[in-house]
Amino acid sequence: MDVELLLTSTMTLASGIPLTLILALASLVIGLVLSVPLAFLRASGNRWVSLPVLAYTYVFRGTPLLVQLFIIYYGLGQIDFIRSSVLWHVLRDPFWCSLLAFSLNSAAYTTEVFRGGILAVPPGMIDAAQAIGMTPLQQKRKIILPIAFRGILPSYVNEVIALLKASSLASTVTLLEITGLSRKLVSETFAPYEIFIAAGILYLGLTSVFTSGFRMLETRWLNAPPKQAAPDGIAVKRVAHGS
Amino acid sequence: MRKYGFVVAVAAILMSIGLGQASERKAITIAAEGASPPWDYIDANGQLVGFDIDVGTDLCARMKMECKFVSQDWDGIIPGLLVKKYDAIISGMSITEKRKKSIAFSIPYAVAPNGIVMRKSIPVPLMDTTAKLDLTEMDAAKQETIAKLKESVTGRTLGVLRSSNSEVVVNELFGDVATVRSYDSQENIQLDIISERIDGGLGDYLTWKQFLDSPEGKDVTFFGPQLDGGPWGPGAGIGLRKEDTDLIAAFDKALLESIADGTLAKLSVKWFGVDIAPRLKN
Repeated sequence: MDVELLLTSTMTLASGIPLTLILALASLVIGLVLSVPLAFLRASGNRWVSLPVLAYTYVFRGTPLLVQLFIIYYGLGQIDFIRSSVLWHVLRDPFWCSLLAFSLNSAAYTTEVFRGGILAVPPGMIDAAQAIGMTPLQQKRKIILPIAFRGILPSYVNEVIALLKASSLASTVTLLEITGLSRKLVSETFAPYEIFIAAGILYLGLTSVFTSGFRMLETRWLNAPPKQAAPDGIAVKRVAHGS
Repeated sequence: MRKYGFVVAVAAILMSIGLGQASERKAITIAAEGASPPWDYIDANGQLVGFDIDVGTDLCARMKMECKFVSQDWDGIIPGLLVKKYDAIISGMSITEKRKKSIAFSIPYAVAPNGIVMRKSIPVPLMDTTAKLDLTEMDAAKQETIAKLKESVTGRTLGVLRSSNSEVVVNELFGDVATVRSYDSQENIQLDIISERIDGGLGDYLTWKQFLDSPEGKDVTFFGPQLDGGPWGPGAGIGLRKEDTDLIAAFDKALLESIADGTLAKLSVKWFGVDIAPRLKN
């Protein structure tokens, strides 16, 4: 293995980090925003409300993200009706196609994760919220959502990591994020070994940053005991949330 | 030990000379991209077919070897050869100095030009598309043609095959004025030209021609002269590992025979409609 090549290509590939991060973070945010209302609809007892959402998550979780990206990028481009519509301004660009595919995919997964969190909120808490006269919206905003979100945080981290890695698929529609740059570099050097290892190192670095960031959040929000006991030795009493 | 090493080296050299005439290999595997018709592509039955496959089959018969063909994505085709996933590349690959640093080539088996295509709806000045422009040695007249081309592609988006010579040429000639997008297959470039994501592209002339002659390519046309030379080198050759001197010699010998008896020219006409077989220099 050529260590020098490994180092220089790591430096070159690092210029793809911003695009990887933008793709992953933007679709995470969009996915999260979409998933909150969808999760409440999905958790609803009314079948006419929950079934359409189920259909959406079923399709997007049941098909490969690469296939979804190809349908959006190459598939929609074949339809004259879409090409002549306003939508095409967005869809002709590989970045927006990737962002759309990743966001829809992420929203589907996050919706299901969130639904689990909502259903796990103890009924007693909702009863209590009703008893003190909270409106349904207040209940959701002040009681259900915060409790549900804390509950799902560990599984949400998985989604974040998965999406960060899935952003490499954007290279198949000509975007030059970390993986796209690697493939370009491989074609110039014919040295896939060093270059893909370099790409792997960068992804590993990014996922490490994200996992440790979320671990800090977990410590803060879940009041999980930090690694070192607080100086006074008194832990704040853990809030019960059904976990 | 030194003496022994010398004996081994001499033996190896003698063997390679001996094998050069009659290779002792019985079977080899040949890779083709399988996505650049009519050079090589996968037909409706999932079979690799095309000019490259016919050439390979003909050469293997001449070398008395059994050949198996596999398809391999373009951007991994040289690394795959180097790690011995197959023994030869017959995939319309141009013989270039850069590639010669990693692999060896047979003599050329095809000399094919490259071309720029644009969608017909794009207003560009008419240029002679039958003219040829060899990028090897530039002179004032060629510079002028390039400048004209450059003016026309300014602000346009052009698609090229990733790790192709066209990618190198486009970046070199027009990289500062046009947006260049690199694709993993010719088919995807064509899809994006049709869907108007990109305005045109640069690539193998004969592959474009097949696309332009098809109903899908009706709104696309050649633009500017046919390009060759420069980064494209002397033509397409068979890619081989440098250490396989026996195989290089065997392929060269078989190719010379195939050129001499007209088989290569016949196959070229069958697939391309024109003869792109190299001429024998006497």
